[in-house]
Amino acid sequence: MRSKRSLLLLAAIPVAYLAYFYIYPLATILITGLFPDGRFALSAFVDVATDPAVRSVAWFTLWQAVLSTLLTLLLGVPGAYVFARYRFPGRSLLRSITLVPFVLPTVVVGVAFLAVLGPGSPLGIDLRGSIWAILIAHVFYNLSIVIRGVGVFWEQIDPRIEEAARTLGAGRTRVFREVTLPLLRPAILSSAALVFLFTFTSFGVILILGDLRHTTLEVEIWRQATAFLRLDLASALAVLQLVGVTAILVLYGKARKQETGGLPFRPSGEVARRPSSPGEWLLVGATLTMILTIVVTPIALLVARSLSTPDGFGFDHYAHLLNPPAAFQLFVSPLEAVRNSLGFALPAVLIAGVIGLLSATVVVSGSGRGGRVFDTMLMLPLGTSAVTIGFGFLVALGHPINLRSTLLIIPIAHSLVAIPFVVRSTVPVMEAVQHRLREAAFVLGASPRRAWREIDLPLIARALAVGGLFAFAISIGEFGATSFIVRPSTTTIPIAIFRLLGRPGAFGEAMAMAVVLMALTAVAALGIEALRGRRTGGV
Amino acid sequence: MLGVQDLTVRYGDTAALDGANLTVGDRSVHVLMGPSGSGKSTLLRTVAGLETPTGGDITWDGVSVLNVPVHRRGFGLMFQDYALFPHRSVAANVAFGLRMQHLDAGTIRRRVAEVLELVGLPGYDERSVGTLSGGESQRVALARTLAPDPRLVLLDEPLGALDRSLREHLLVEMRSIFTRVEATVLYVTHDRDEAFTIADEVAIIRDGRIVADDRPEGLWHTPPDAWTARFIGLENLCTVADLARLGLRPPTPDADSAVVPPEAITLSPTGANAGTVVGSYFLAGTYRIDLVVDATTRLFVRQTGALPVGTEQRFDIDPTSVRWFTDR
Repeated sequence: MRSKRSLLLLAAIPVAYLAYFYIYPLATILITGLFPDGRFALSAFVDVATDPAVRSVAWFTLWQAVLSTLLTLLLGVPGAYVFARYRFPGRSLLRSITLVPFVLPTVVVGVAFLAVLGPGSPLGIDLRGSIWAILIAHVFYNLSIVIRGVGVFWEQIDPRIEEAARTLGAGRTRVFREVTLPLLRPAILSSAALVFLFTFTSFGVILILGDLRHTTLEVEIWRQATAFLRLDLASALAVLQLVGVTAILVLYGKARKQETGGLPFRPSGEVARRPSSPGEWLLVGATLTMILTIVVTPIALLVARSLSTPDGFGFDHYAHLLNPPAAFQLFVSPLEAVRNSLGFALPAVLIAGVIGLLSATVVVSGSGRGGRVFDTMLMLPLGTSAVTIGFGFLVALGHPINLRSTLLIIPIAHSLVAIPFVVRSTVPVMEAVQHRLREAAFVLGASPRRAWREIDLPLIARALAVGGLFAFAISIGEFGATSFIVRPSTTTIPIAIFRLLGRPGAFGEAMAMAVVLMALTAVAALGIEALRGRRTGGV
Repeated sequence: MLGVQDLTVRYGDTAALDGANLTVGDRSVHVLMGPSGSGKSTLLRTVAGLETPTGGDITWDGVSVLNVPVHRRGFGLMFQDYALFPHRSVAANVAFGLRMQHLDAGTIRRRVAEVLELVGLPGYDERSVGTLSGGESQRVALARTLAPDPRLVLLDEPLGALDRSLREHLLVEMRSIFTRVEATVLYVTHDRDEAFTIADEVAIIRDGRIVADDRPEGLWHTPPDAWTARFIGLENLCTVADLARLGLRPPTPDADSAVVPPEAITLSPTGANAGTVVGSYFLAGTYRIDLVVDATTRLFVRQTGALPVGTEQRFDIDPTSVRWFTDR
């Protein structure tokens, strides 16, 4: 179909973009770490390796991620089971609710958990700076990964396989241990790897809830680079972090490969059924109650506390956003921060949309080794932490073109995070536009160009819109990368929230701002849901 | 009239089509039948223009169409999985080919209604194709293929995805539709009953080559070789040695197998040969009796009554009904 040359030409644009804005900054980090004074020296690495403080940071980063992952699995696997196997009133609504945390910006999650477990908590506790606040927030954030990843897989396991084991004399626990669990293993492993990746590179949540008493590699990189201006140490830490992330990604890739290996039997129809015994109802009820408590409480309390004033409920905090009292003055007014965020989101969406669509086209029509390398390259920014991207921009994008002081640098950083999402939401649809449909159009008299316009485009348009909304949500909520390259005048909503948290007495305003950000994200998420819901049969 | 001459399609070292020859006359329904992997779908797709031949020619009324791109050939193709456009309504699917001909809206609307009526789905216009049953999807796909009035209608296992009862029903209906619109049809299937029911002529394809091409009756009564006989489901296929033991001699010395039609076997107590009944089955109206004659010969006979399993039966074979083959 498409000639090889035009395919290479198409690929050239995203490749050049990623080379300059992703590979070049990463390489600069590496060079900054290895050549601290322009000459090769491992001093920064030696400093990092021998510093007990750094070692304790690395150790903490690791064990909090392990613990967070285990806790998430502990709650997520039963959740996946309940949603995959049982039908109950409100099932699809509840399932949508469990997905909400995943789309929330980290800053919102941080503030929401401060509202629940932080100072002035209605529970009468203050866990700010404790490991528990971090762990619970991580479970909240990543629960949907397990419920979705494992649940979708679980739905595809034909219950007849388990029934066959029962008729062969295996008890319920035996069936679970010897049949269900081995079948689920790849899905559990790949979900766990993803959760581990996200908690290992967690930044906003730990910065806000850990209160700098607990710092991870990410937070340390940020502190060394922006507070102590030790770029060499920050680079060494970033390299250490990259090594860790790469190891996780390799494991994840292995697990995914097993997962897509396919199951021998697929259920022919719906496998979910109503719980039939009191025991089953209890299991379903208890699991859902746990999940709802952990998902709904922070969001509800955040909204409630943003509306509470010394004299009952009111919009005082929101009014302060429009008219900030002198004590809460930031570099820009909250309203300007909103304007900045929306202003950055638009070009970020455009860039991510164009680069994403070009990339998806190449991924779908490309084949062989070149295609696979390209596909992997596209997904790299997804595995790279936002902090590394931001730090890379900080150290690299001053030369040869000085982009650091331009407005464009923030949308470019956001677009890097968003491109994989655009590619991932368009590629499956592009692949699903079966070649057969195109052939059907040809035999009915459509030229190749006409067939693309009449068949491919309408089918892809919706997926592209979904990708665009993802990019929007990512851009307005992005915190990690932005925190490195933001300037006072370019303060975005998440940055404004973080700064408000640092002002004594401005917690109410920080919560109000977080609610605003949550509402903007919700608009995008609802748009995504609506577009996905209107999917017609066949594709 | 469609002409296919020495058509060859190669993918690397394997030949999907290996010098196939076929002629489809105007207003006739020509069935192309073969086992899976024989190249029947490749032939169809190549005629449609979706595959590029590595050799041979495809002509319409004697003029080569090889250089005519798919969308200008004017050949309609109906896919086995229908390939309905999921983002368009039934009417928009059917109208697609008409729009490609730049017809005006009124003409298109009339034609869509007419074709939907023809396939028995009047009023389905605004239905989403995602809500259709298997049989309805099949009819919509047929309507979409017929709407632009293609000079040749190509059908790739059009009933393959449906269950048996629906298939038989739609088959008869399709035949009458083809007659009514005087379509020239090339129809691919692997199912013998389907082929014989709908075909004016049946071509058999094997390993990328057409090995037989005849009216269904001709094919049934005088298959050209043993492979074809077995493929179209003729039973009692015996070797020359088997038949020699039953006292039957081939008319020509180079024959190496033969079909003994069940009707040619008469059971009688004074018959020249004997066999043991190993099975006796009621087949809606008649009985099928399986006889074991010797270690390699097994014959089936049609009878009006059941026979006890294990008994010995004597029988005669009418030598004039035996059909001999020379394998190539």
